[in-house]
Amino acid sequence: MWERLPQLVAYGLVSGSVITLGAIGLSLTYSILKFANFAHGDLMTTGAYIACGFLLLFRFLGVLGGRFGKLSFGPAMIPAFLLALAGTAILAILIDRLVYRRLRRARPVMRLMASVGVAFVLRNVILFSAGADPYYYSRKIQRAIYILGVKLKADQLFIIGLAAVLVVFLHLFLSYTKVGKAMRAMADNPELAQVTGINTERIIAWTWGIGAALAAAGGILAGIENKLITPELGWQALLPLFAAVILGGIGSPYGAMAGGMLIGMAEEVSTAFVSTAYKPAIAFGILVLMLILRPQGLFGRR
Amino acid sequence: MDTVVGVLNYLVFFSITAGIYAVLTLGLNIQWGYTGLFNIGVAGFYAIGAYTSALLAGPPPGTLDWRVFGGWMLPFPVGLLGSALVSAILALFIGWITIRLREDYLAIATIGIAEVLRLIIKNEAWLTNGVWGIKNIPSPLFPTIQRGVAGFLSAHPGLPDWARRLLEGTYNWFYLALVLAFLLVLYWLLERILRSPWGRVLRAIREDEVAAAAQGKNVAAFKLQAFVLGAALMGMAGSLYAHYARFLSVEKFEPFYGTFIVWVMLVAGGSGNNKGAILGAFLIWGLWAATDFLTGYLPFTDVQASALRIVLVGLILIAILILRPRGLLGEEKFVSRMLR
Repeated sequence: MWERLPQLVAYGLVSGSVITLGAIGLSLTYSILKFANFAHGDLMTTGAYIACGFLLLFRFLGVLGGRFGKLSFGPAMIPAFLLALAGTAILAILIDRLVYRRLRRARPVMRLMASVGVAFVLRNVILFSAGADPYYYSRKIQRAIYILGVKLKADQLFIIGLAAVLVVFLHLFLSYTKVGKAMRAMADNPELAQVTGINTERIIAWTWGIGAALAAAGGILAGIENKLITPELGWQALLPLFAAVILGGIGSPYGAMAGGMLIGMAEEVSTAFVSTAYKPAIAFGILVLMLILRPQGLFGRR
Repeated sequence: MDTVVGVLNYLVFFSITAGIYAVLTLGLNIQWGYTGLFNIGVAGFYAIGAYTSALLAGPPPGTLDWRVFGGWMLPFPVGLLGSALVSAILALFIGWITIRLREDYLAIATIGIAEVLRLIIKNEAWLTNGVWGIKNIPSPLFPTIQRGVAGFLSAHPGLPDWARRLLEGTYNWFYLALVLAFLLVLYWLLERILRSPWGRVLRAIREDEVAAAAQGKNVAAFKLQAFVLGAALMGMAGSLYAHYARFLSVEKFEPFYGTFIVWVMLVAGGSGNNKGAILGAFLIWGLWAATDFLTGYLPFTDVQASALRIVLVGLILIAILILRPRGLLGEEKFVSRMLR
């Protein structure tokens, strides 16, 4: 059992990367908009489906064919990926304008409730237009490569790499740009931020855009890893996402990153001991333990 | 005459389901409407109630059954009370962990427990028969009533066809009466409880926790009591469902049917108002049934039609939250008789 540990940890890094991307966006909107967005998982699904739509379109047009080396996808993925990120970001900003903006003055829990409604609408619009059957990103069987005694597919290395790059970008954005600093200020104290002349509506739009784009990236990477996507993708990711956010401490993007990796690893390593069917239950178990022992999260402040 | 009988039979069937939903909505109203506890794991308590009742008052494992446990065929009231008890214990456990924390943590914890329960129902076939579900759950007094009806029908062979069809549905009329009686007693009890000093504390906590605590009220204890009471009702709704449907499977406890539509019912009727909760349950279930007829005329697949209906329900919730957050009836005013 223990000899499989390095392999499972490697798989944990892969699923942790996907969870991290979703969790960072969830944590950002959580801390700046002050509510738990239950539709965040469905933004992941939306991104995955938009990308899939463009992949199918490019295949139909016969452009951008071929594959990158040992990866399961080719040049078509680049525009599909970028368009999906942009599309999901625009959608999230639009939903904010239509729904959450009208509830800004209401109690936060009202926005939470509205987000549950948004989640069901998004998922079922996807179900309506794409059907319940899975869509395949790729049907090719990939050969694994051996690195340091563990076997991973080229796709999985790509997932870890891309997630890392995105996280570094986000770090630079939050630390050095004016918008990033304003976002952090708003998370700390929205009234104070407004008094210092920060245009809060603009920052809220940025927050939705970035959070949704990261979610879309997570959704697409989940599609690459699983080869297929279903309308349930985001819903199934929701518990691990919240577990990661709470583990890391709400409002801390770096905490969400650490939380995402820990949850990913815990889920994969647990498969050595319990049935894989209970993967989401593992995430939930950690979440409950965290709520009992340290509700502010590993890196959070009270 | 045939259509009239058909419509009547359908109305009975419809009202039983709506009545069971009304029990769920009343349970949620104690938690959310009166105390402000955000439970989006209603399906979990509903499911555990249904399965507990099937375990206690259900049939023993059959030949093609994976269950190795339960099915003691105890009387229906034992199942009903047992489901309330087990659901309450589960709520006590979740509440104990989360009730002191922020309200969104309760939401996450409840949605999590509902999902984990769904995984358990799906995977632990020794207990729940997994995806095959539990069949032949007995309905209370079913054999007695069926025998009576059969006896009456054979004694009166001259009855017209429509009368026969009407009489054959007698059992559903009985079950409807049972559900409505349960609902009525429940409504009466809740109105009494929530007007008592205990109910007043709940509303005080909902409005301002700190102020309630400053008045010397043990906020966490009151919240926990309200959470457990609401969950017990949800468990009983599960039992009522199990003995009516006679078949349980995991799909019936999906987040939409088990949780989301209950929320929409409560918000539409008016949270904090028990009449509103019942009205919302019948209204939204009516809308759900009506859209089933309407989408039948549209050129969509079954999957598309149901997705479209769920989108509609979701949009209704969002529209109510934005346009009329107090729902149809709004919260009932509780003022002293002196001020009225």
